Amino acid sequence: MKREVVSVYVENKPNVLSRVISLYGRRGFNIESLTVSATNDPTISRVTITFEGDTLTLAQIVSQTEKLEVVKKIMTLNNDTSFFRELLLVKVKADKEIRGNVKEIADIYRAKVIHLEPEYLVLELTGRPEKLDAFLKILKEFEIIDVCRTGISGIEK
Amino acid sequence: MKLTGAEVVMNILLEHGVDTVFGYPGGTALFLYDELYKYSDKIKHVLTAHEQGAAHAADGYARATGKTGVAFATSGPGATNLVTGIATAYLDSIPTVFITANVGKSLIGRDAFQEICITGVTFPITKHSYFVNKPEDLVDAMRNAFRIANEGRKGPVLVDITKDVTNALVDYEPAQPLPLTNPVDSELEEKLDRFAETLSTAKRPVMLIGGGVISSNASNEVYSLVKKLDYPVVSTLMGLGGIPEDDPRYFGMLGMHGSFAANKCVNEADVLLVLGARFSDRVALKPTSFAPKAKIIQIDIDKSEINKNVEVEDYIIGDIKAVISRLLPKIEQQNYVRWIKRIAEWDEEKSKKFKNAYQKMNPQEIIEHLCDASDKETIFVTDVGQHQMWAAQYVKQTNPRNFLSSGGLGTMGFGYGAAIGAQLGNPSKRVIHLTGDGSFHMNLNEACTAVSQNLPIITVIFNNTVLGMVYQWQTSFYDKRYSQTTPERKTNFVKLIEAFGGTGFRVENMEELKEAYQKALKIDGPVWIDCDVSAEDRVLPMIPNGNSIDGMLFE
Repeated sequence: MKREVVSVYVENKPNVLSRVISLYGRRGFNIESLTVSATNDPTISRVTITFEGDTLTLAQIVSQTEKLEVVKKIMTLNNDTSFFRELLLVKVKADKEIRGNVKEIADIYRAKVIHLEPEYLVLELTGRPEKLDAFLKILKEFEIIDVCRTGISGIEK
Repeated sequence: MKLTGAEVVMNILLEHGVDTVFGYPGGTALFLYDELYKYSDKIKHVLTAHEQGAAHAADGYARATGKTGVAFATSGPGATNLVTGIATAYLDSIPTVFITANVGKSLIGRDAFQEICITGVTFPITKHSYFVNKPEDLVDAMRNAFRIANEGRKGPVLVDITKDVTNALVDYEPAQPLPLTNPVDSELEEKLDRFAETLSTAKRPVMLIGGGVISSNASNEVYSLVKKLDYPVVSTLMGLGGIPEDDPRYFGMLGMHGSFAANKCVNEADVLLVLGARFSDRVALKPTSFAPKAKIIQIDIDKSEINKNVEVEDYIIGDIKAVISRLLPKIEQQNYVRWIKRIAEWDEEKSKKFKNAYQKMNPQEIIEHLCDASDKETIFVTDVGQHQMWAAQYVKQTNPRNFLSSGGLGTMGFGYGAAIGAQLGNPSKRVIHLTGDGSFHMNLNEACTAVSQNLPIITVIFNNTVLGMVYQWQTSFYDKRYSQTTPERKTNFVKLIEAFGGTGFRVENMEELKEAYQKALKIDGPVWIDCDVSAEDRVLPMIPNGNSIDGMLFE
């Protein structure tokens, strides 16, 4: 099983996302993240879908998605030919005793402190999804109060 | 020019050669029905008893004629009543356009009277749908609906139009139907050569035909290929009639209730050529060991059918008719007389001949008689259950589009509506509707439609007083615990059809059947023949779910 990222160009029309989601729901395709964004063409939106699966599952997801009338183009993105970025916001419990320790780790990953309270702080990190995974793993030595990730955005080189 | 939305709908139907539609009026559909009234000299609207009947009729019309089936319904319950019919057409890839009216734009989203989001309800069972709440979107939606229904793998499209749009003025200019673009394999030429090589070097080849052969109108091309390759042929339920079944190379249906010979030859094959079939769980009962010795090669118009249920070694994406036309010149005449003889011996050895009728009428014999006593152009329409499988096994078809059955969805109640659609699409052909007492009770209300349209459809009821297919499984696998399959109904079918305004016969032996059938053929209007068959009769042979041919049951 490996992480796959698929980029889908769809018509920018009502219900388009419902159609894509409905397809994945009924076919039992398990989605890890899904982002929708505008493109330079106002009639087209880009849906970036991340999931874990084998080659046959990937082929099924691609060929089933292609059949939707609203889908204009679909491509699988891979690490060699594409850039991936994701944004992470994480709220970590940190009083003045350990605040410095958290900040130290945040600095190593070049995460920003975007909010500070006496009991906790909020960090922001943008980067490759693996970097976010690694950052969260290290932060586990502290008490994480909340995590929010945007899901992957990807673009071909 | 400016026309109202409802007029535009009529004009776009006419652009696509639609002269027959099915449906049921209602409050939000009033403008559409007002135009249907004005266009009644060009478009015949057939009123059914229930919207489900209209959906099945549009579907049956499309299956029997190859044209697009069209049904109208009003908002809310009218639209939801179409749903089973839409799903039936979706699972069997039947080109259909369903037009529903919705409440006016100002009421949308307010839970108005008879408001339902039918596009949302039908996402999983349509190729595409349009919700038209702006007049300027109507023309594109209607034209694209016909394109999408017929392009690539066929199927249903829904157009839901708000009532205000049906009465708004819309810019309309007549146009030709949008061109259809079928997928073409990017490596077609190399793949055709590879296919020709594989097909020419096989030792024990088999061809499997599916619904795609019929949908693509490829029967002539496929039969030419059969004659050139000299391959034995087996079929899925949806492929029946795809080639003439009286050809000695033809060994019947494959799968759960397929023939021993068909299942055996696929099991032994070294090359399996699959044309427009999708390896459903009723065919590839155990996908991991389906055709275990064979190199499977597939031609299909839908790329998502490649490696979905069964992995194949090679494939070509494209319209069956177009691909086979290109393949034919690359194939030399071959001869598999010995291999076919061996399969014919398997056919002899475990022939599907019926044994006893439990002192009642033999369902298989009834079907054989109906075939013998009818002309070759007769269209047989089935419902779903035991009678459907007996029909699939015993109806002998020589032409495509003459055997109509709900394959993928297995919709009990499909038959009568579909028969009405088939008959209206083929006024000069005989239509026989085969049904069971279970299936028939679901939608027999369409008798009123058959009467009002004066359709000479002969309905043959295999009346075993039980819900036979489930009863059979309970007999075989649930230790005869007949949970809710013995309904103790007392329906008098003869009186019932008479009450509707048709003619009925009750028959208890073959002599009575033959006599009733001869009378029925001469009656101008619907006839029901209620046949007394045994509850204990089973559909055999059978391969239970998840088994291979070694697990085939013969009694």
